[in-house]
Formats: sequence, structure tokens, C-alpha cells
Amino acid sequence: MLLEMFQTLPQVLIDGLTLGAVYAVVALGYTMVYGILQLINFAHGEIFMTGAFIGTALFIMIMGWGSAIPQILLLIIVLVITASITGFIGVGMERIAYRPLRNAPRLIPLITAIGISFVLQDVIRFIAELTSGNYIVTGPSLFSENINLKTSAISSVFNDASFKTSFLIVLTVAILLMITLDFFVNRTKWGTAMRAVALDRETAALMSINVNKVISITFFIGSALGGATGVLFALQYGTIDPYIGFILGLKAFIAAVLGGIGNIRGAMLGGIMLGVMEMFAAANLSLLTGGIFGAEYKDVFAFAILILVLIFKPEGLLGKPTAEKV
Amino acid sequence: MKAKFSSFLQHKWSQVILFSVFIAVTSSALYFSQKSVVSFLLLLASLLVLHYMNLKKVTKWIVAAGLLFFLIPFASSGGPAFQSYMEVATMVGIYISMALGLNIVVGMAGLLDLGFVAFFAVGAYSYSIFATPQASNFMPFGVYPLGGESFWAFLIIGGICAAIAGVLIGVPVLRVKGDYLAIVTLGFGEIIRIVFNNLDRPINFTGGAMGISSVTPPKIFGIELVFPNQFYFVTLVILLFTIFAVLRLEHSKLGRSWKAVRENEIAAQAMGIPLVKTKLLAFALGATFSGMMGVVFAAKQAFIDPTSFTLMESFTILVMVVLGGMGSVPGVILGAAVVTVLNLQVLTELTNWVNQLSLNGIVSIPDALSPAKMQKFIFGAILVLFALYRPKGLIPSKNKIFDASKLKVSKKTEDIENKDSVVVENEKVQV
Repeated sequence: MLLEMFQTLPQVLIDGLTLGAVYAVVALGYTMVYGILQLINFAHGEIFMTGAFIGTALFIMIMGWGSAIPQILLLIIVLVITASITGFIGVGMERIAYRPLRNAPRLIPLITAIGISFVLQDVIRFIAELTSGNYIVTGPSLFSENINLKTSAISSVFNDASFKTSFLIVLTVAILLMITLDFFVNRTKWGTAMRAVALDRETAALMSINVNKVISITFFIGSALGGATGVLFALQYGTIDPYIGFILGLKAFIAAVLGGIGNIRGAMLGGIMLGVMEMFAAANLSLLTGGIFGAEYKDVFAFAILILVLIFKPEGLLGKPTAEKV
Repeated sequence: MKAKFSSFLQHKWSQVILFSVFIAVTSSALYFSQKSVVSFLLLLASLLVLHYMNLKKVTKWIVAAGLLFFLIPFASSGGPAFQSYMEVATMVGIYISMALGLNIVVGMAGLLDLGFVAFFAVGAYSYSIFATPQASNFMPFGVYPLGGESFWAFLIIGGICAAIAGVLIGVPVLRVKGDYLAIVTLGFGEIIRIVFNNLDRPINFTGGAMGISSVTPPKIFGIELVFPNQFYFVTLVILLFTIFAVLRLEHSKLGRSWKAVRENEIAAQAMGIPLVKTKLLAFALGATFSGMMGVVFAAKQAFIDPTSFTLMESFTILVMVVLGGMGSVPGVILGAAVVTVLNLQVLTELTNWVNQLSLNGIVSIPDALSPAKMQKFIFGAILVLFALYRPKGLIPSKNKIFDASKLKVSKKTEDIENKDSVVVENEKVQV
């Protein structure tokens, strides 16, 4: 049994890293907003989905004009355009649905967030169905050369693993995004302002920080990251539909909680860990339980992680415990 | 003129006369027309009008019972669409009961539960497993399917199963607060659905994705209940029981402690309210009503599968509660009725109408825009707009105000108070 698990390990690691990178970048959006507003932006998964659709549409459009553009350049153009569009959607969402409710009971913004996410899902479905006749969209295949990794050469217990070039792209872009964000938050003036607002909104306002602007920027960055990840997701998995965002958003949220919500490096760690664990569960769950639980329980597995973390270590892996103020 | 008119409307007897005319017109329209959704909906709306009338509470209840038990089934029996009306009315009853259950959890205790449909699923599966040969796969004794008489016992058993599920979910979940609670309950809702979806291996409990079909119909006095108009009365009785229980609970000691926990947990704890017990009871009681209706749902559909218990259902019930007004029993009833009717009748009728229009070539509306598909958009818009502009819902909840000085003189003016008690209650809204 152990041997079989080892055999699939390289492939599991590759798939898990891809998924984990996606989770990690989406989790950043949750964690940044939560750090500043103590609000779970339920609609963040939908921003991710919107990004995937905008990205696919741009790919199809630009490739229709002529395929002379090199693939890397095309990817960069699409990423930048998509990220700025979803960034502005995020800012608009905050302006309409969250800012008026900043002093309302905690339940109310959560309900608007669910509402916004429904509206986004349906609007995207509508547009996709109107333009292409079907809301399930398949993008063009880019970076699809297969690469075989001869892991069996390292040790005979491993099987060979294979991946598409897009795996490398997804991983590189995700890591670049995370490093840039980390630099932005820790080294720049606006990043300092963001941390100040997260720590204490009133005092930050007294220190002549424009709190509303900082919150808008946070939403912009979080949503831009989410949208860019959507493009990467579309690139890697090909087929997208308007309902991918919800469950993926939840998983990313779980990743954020796992790493310690409000903590940016925690979100990255949690995302990667959750992705690898989930892929591991999908590959080995039926093996481990003697066929009683199959791969279809991998979502249950992710939720079980969430519940366990919340019960035994609610501050997450890298977070600091907070005392409740009366 | 305007003042005169409004004072005329405020008068009891003028209201009664107008109301009877309204009912007479709508019910005769419903009885004599072949298919008239509008008059059916207007007849249902008469119950809302009744809620606002200037009458004693007892009178209102008697009139409402008369309408529900006799007039509505009778008036809609005229045309060929009788069963479809009754179907809609039954579904409205089922959803109202569930929304009232969620209202206890979300509205009164302030715990946002996004996986509420799980309890409905537990109730539905508890009956359908034992009322089909499914149970013989794992039960060492007994002959299955059980007869239709067992339905009445399963109403209680289903409720208890759901309550147990509520407590089991509640125990780990209640250690987390607010937003986390929402996510964890959502996760649990999904877990239960996935488990039901895959529990056909290694032992076939739930039939997996195939679901369970041909559930034994309930039986009473030797009559098998199979038609919607029969289920209508079953639902109605359970619904009335639910409303009665919820109204009594709201003003009980438990109900008041729920509200205290909702407003401020720490203060409530300082006042000696046992937090865990109070919250668990909210979960369990809310789940009970949902589980009971699950049993009715399973018996009515005679077929269930996991697709009836998706996240969307949980959110639909949440929309009902938010739309009607969190914590307000009449509001939630109205909200549930509006959303269900919207879902089952208005949207399908609109779709038919739009299809008719495009078939005749008057306007061409793309298939993507057909109203039946716009459900999510409408729900989303309702959630956002109500949270932003009317967070208290259509009928805001009220707390009874006890005015100290009035209580002292109330002995003398008791008869006057009695007469105007409805008005007093309606006018005093505590924010």
C-alpha cells in the first residue's frame, strides 16, 4: 500500500502544486480583505471566475486577429488586461455593497456578499450563453506540450510523472505574483498604510491615512490577483463554467484559514498545503480506506481540515491568537 | 377627503366588508375560470391583507383557518389546474415551515447557517430509506418497505433525526463565531450532500446519485395519500403546528435568551444565559421543523436524490428569511410564500409567455434571458437590495414594549386596552 502511494507521489505533487498555487493566490484576496475589514468577501470566488471568463474571451479574441504574437507576450497582455478589469470590478463591489454597510451588524455584509456573488454568476452565465450559445466555455489550448519527468530514474519506487508546459507557467506566475505582493505590502508606502489600517482603522485615520482609499486599493489588488489566477486556471484546466468560482473560492478561504486569516504569508503556505493535501487525498483516499471512501470525498476532506483547524487552532498555522474585546 | 377615506379604511366593519368582497371576487374568479394564476395568487394574498386588518387576533386566526382549509381548496377545484394549484400551495407550506426553522437559527439566535438544507435532507432520507426496500440492505430485522401508516410516526422520527443532526453539527461548530460559523455550516451542508451522494458503497444506504424512488405513499384510515390536494392538508396541519410552536417559542424564556445572544453574546453570558445550551437548542429546534417537512417532501415527491438538497436550496431559504425580515414570524411567512410562488409559478408563467411571444415573432428574446434561468440573478438582487435598503425585511420584527407607567394604570383601562391591543402592538416598533 505504501509502495503504491510512493509510486503516484511525483504526479500528486505536481498536480497538487498547480492547484495549490491557484488556491494560494485566491486565498490572498480573502486574507487581505479580512485583515483590513474583518469581512469574508464571499464574492471573491466569483471575481476569480469572472477573471477566467474575461481571460478566455481575450485569448479567443486576440488569437482571432492573428497568431503572430508569441504565446508569452499574449499571456502577459491578457493577464494585465484581465487583472485591471477584475480589479475595478472589485473596487466597484466594495463601493456598492460593502462601504454603506461598514457599521452594520456583521451578518448584513455577509448577506450582500452572497447576493453579489449570485448576481455575478448569473451575469457571466448570461453573457457567455448569449455570445457562444453555451455557458460552458472551452478556451484555446496554449502551452500544451507534454513534458515527461523521469522520476523513476531517481529511485525505482516512483512512477514517471508528466505535466503540461502550462504547469510551469501557472507556478511561475503565481510565485511572481506572491513575491510582488509580499514586497508591496512590506516595503512600500501604500503597503505600510494597508498594514496600519488593518491594525487599527481609527488611529490610522488620525495619522492622515485615507482609509477609504486604502480599502479600495486592497480590494483592487485582491481582485486583480483573483482575476489573474482565473486566467491561469483557464489556461491550465481548459474548460470553465460560471459556477467554478464558488467551491474554489471556499477552498481558497479554507486555505486562508489554515494559514491564519489576515496573514499574507500564511495564505500562501495554506494554499500550497491544501492543494497538495487535496490531490493526495484524491489519489490515495480509496487506497487508505480500503475502497470505502473514494476520490469523490476530497471536498469532504477539505472541509474536514477547515473544521479541525477552526476547533483546535483557530488562529491558523502562522496567525497570532487574538483576545476578544468587550 | 383623504383623511376621511383613511378613517373609513381604519374602521373595522368597512374593512370586513371590503375584505369579503375581495375574497368573493377572487375565489369566484378562480372557481369559474379555467386557469387563472392571478386570481389564485390574489386569493393567497388575502391572507396578507387579513394580517393587517383591524380585528382581534382570534378572529383573524379563525378566518385564516377557514380560508386555508375550505375556501382555497374549494375555489381552486373548479378548473383542470386544481392539482397544480395544490402542488404550489403544498410547496409554499413546506418552504414556509423550513424558513420558520431557519428563522429561529438566523433571525432569533443570530447564527448564520448556510447549510440548512442538510436537515431537510436528513428528514427526507430518514423516511424514504425505511419506506422503500432500501432499508433491508442493512437492517438485520424487520420487513421493508414499511407501510404507509408509518409516515405519521416518521414525522416525529424525521424531526428527531434532524434535531440530532443539528446538535451533532452544532457541537463542533459553535466554538467558532460569526463569519466562520457561516462557512463551517456551509461546509457541513455540502458534506452531508456529498455523503448522501456516495453512500451507495460499501453498503447501499441512500442509493447514491440514483436516489431513492417509489417511496411508499402515506396512508390514513386506509386511504393512500398520493395527490397534491391530499398532501395540502397534511402540510397545512404541520405548518399550523409549526407557526404555533414558533410563536410560543419566540416569547418564551428560551426565545428571549436567543435574542439576547443575538444582540450581544458576552452581555448575555454575563446575565447568566448558558450560551452553548441556548445555541444548540436553536440549532436543534430549527432543524426539527425542517426535518419534519423533509419527511412530507419525500412522501409527496415519492422520489428523492441528492440534487434536491444543493447549496442553492440553502440559499433560497436564506433569501426567504432575509426578504421577509429576520426574526419576524409573519415576515418570514410572507417571504417564503413570495419566493416560492415566484420560483414555481411566476417565473414559469413568465417563461411561457416570453416563449409564446418569440414563437409568434413579436419580439425575439434569446434563450439565455428566459426568466426561469434568471433565478440566481433575482435572488442575488433581492439579497443585496434588501441588505442595503431594508435590512429589517418586508415585515420588520417587533419586540413587545412594556411601558412601566401604562402597566400601572392598565388595571383601570383594561377594557379599552383589550379593544385596541392590536393597534398598540402594531404602532410600537422598537428599533
